Amino acid sequence: MNTREPEFFPPTSGPIQRLGRGVMLTLRETGRALLMFLEAAAFMPMAFSRRSRADVVRQLFITGIKSLGVISVVALFTGMILALQTGLELRRFAQEVNIGTAVTVVMLREMGPFMTGLIIAASVGSAIAAQIGTMVVQEEVAALEVMTINPARFLVMPRLVALLVMMPLLTVYTNVLGIIGGAVVGTTQLNVAMVAYFDNARQFAANKDLYVGLFKALVFGAVIATVACHQGLAATSGAVGVGQATRRTVIVSFLTMLVLGYVLTRVFYK
Amino acid sequence: MIRFEQVTKRFGDSTVLDEVSFAVEPGEVFVIVGRSGTGKSVSLKHMVRLLTPDAGQVWVGDEIISNARGRRLERLRAKFGFLFQGGALLQWMNVADNVALPLRQNTRMDEEEIGRRVRSRLAVVGLESALAKMPSDISGGMRKRVGLARAIVSEPDIVLYDEPTSGLDPVTSRTIDELIRDMQRQFGMTSIVVTHDLHSALRIADHIGMLHDGAMLPPLTPSEFIRSTQPVIREFLEAQYITRRGDWETEETVP
Repeated sequence: MNTREPEFFPPTSGPIQRLGRGVMLTLRETGRALLMFLEAAAFMPMAFSRRSRADVVRQLFITGIKSLGVISVVALFTGMILALQTGLELRRFAQEVNIGTAVTVVMLREMGPFMTGLIIAASVGSAIAAQIGTMVVQEEVAALEVMTINPARFLVMPRLVALLVMMPLLTVYTNVLGIIGGAVVGTTQLNVAMVAYFDNARQFAANKDLYVGLFKALVFGAVIATVACHQGLAATSGAVGVGQATRRTVIVSFLTMLVLGYVLTRVFYK
Repeated sequence: MIRFEQVTKRFGDSTVLDEVSFAVEPGEVFVIVGRSGTGKSVSLKHMVRLLTPDAGQVWVGDEIISNARGRRLERLRAKFGFLFQGGALLQWMNVADNVALPLRQNTRMDEEEIGRRVRSRLAVVGLESALAKMPSDISGGMRKRVGLARAIVSEPDIVLYDEPTSGLDPVTSRTIDELIRDMQRQFGMTSIVVTHDLHSALRIADHIGMLHDGAMLPPLTPSEFIRSTQPVIREFLEAQYITRRGDWETEETVP
């Protein structure tokens, strides 16, 4: 991986040419991001070697432990909102006992991984892009390359490992809190007994729902790490460039997770 | 040691280096001077292939670095230490960890030996008491000195200095100049310094090469440089109040 040279393009002559250039650059950057992901993934067996251990542990801490607060609040309220909205509708048909299934299945399949992904992209992903972008602008990444320290191993791999490990774990945590939030609303506002809520959930939620959700979380973790590191490493033009890298990280991660979330749902639930 | 052969580099419509050729001998201090935007730092970055020439070649010893990739590039880069303008220290590591970084990442040295080497290099730059400080807690001059300690900790053959004295007070600038000379005397390192501070260049250089309009003027010794009659060099010298005798004039004594 070479430090990026500044790029200069001749002015475009019209909207078609501008569109064409945009498409070409997007495809090129996607290719570069995938190559960076593969290069970092190839270094993953060295994650707990002497020279990488400390960085991996620090990233696990930043990604996992430091995100717990915001994830707890979001997960709890997501479960509560789900229970309230579905419960109020189901009450019209005297079916409010089924909120156990509704909340649990939706949390396990979609909302758990997706809400966790959104929070991690906005907090951890943007921080990764800002940190690496600042390092590029301040020539720290160039310094690493001159010291023959591969940025893919030193910067990308620890963040990739942290997100691949922490996203499924945090998703389990989000699922648990979301389901508990639903149970609290069911008990206090919809007159569904706690035992009935969990019986109902156990009866209709399948193991597959959990596994597919966790697989999605793993994929989302790879997406966030790849997009954030790639945007950071591609940052140019000082503070403005770092700001753009941060903004693009959040937007591209959101959209990619949304599209991939649909594709995976389609693949696993035909 | 390092040779530029007809190196050309363009950024968009602007040609920064236009068929530049020069050579740096082993063990010398070679200073590249010139006005802002004449391609001094660009030249330096070509030497470690952080930039690639549009035409021409850059040689390190008897190998071409400008087309090197992978392991060969790593092996060639391992010959270099690089002091970047701002020090380029990693902000989340303290001074000692920053200096130890190349040793921890690239060697199998044990921690005790790494600690000894780090302390000795920080002593060379006069910062042995700043081991535990974070980069954000030290001054710009100290950051440059830590950057210098990191650049020399792996005992490279060649050290590149990008504006080592810019933005520093005169006393710290002189300290850095002395350090650069000491590196050559103590460790026999080849040094290539980019600066527009002529006072500093004249103090430390064996040869001075001036970049002007994309071309490198023939390198001169400091005494030849001071006595040069070339208009560009004279203009540069006079702008910094340096006479042909080599003493510094004050603003009042300049006619």
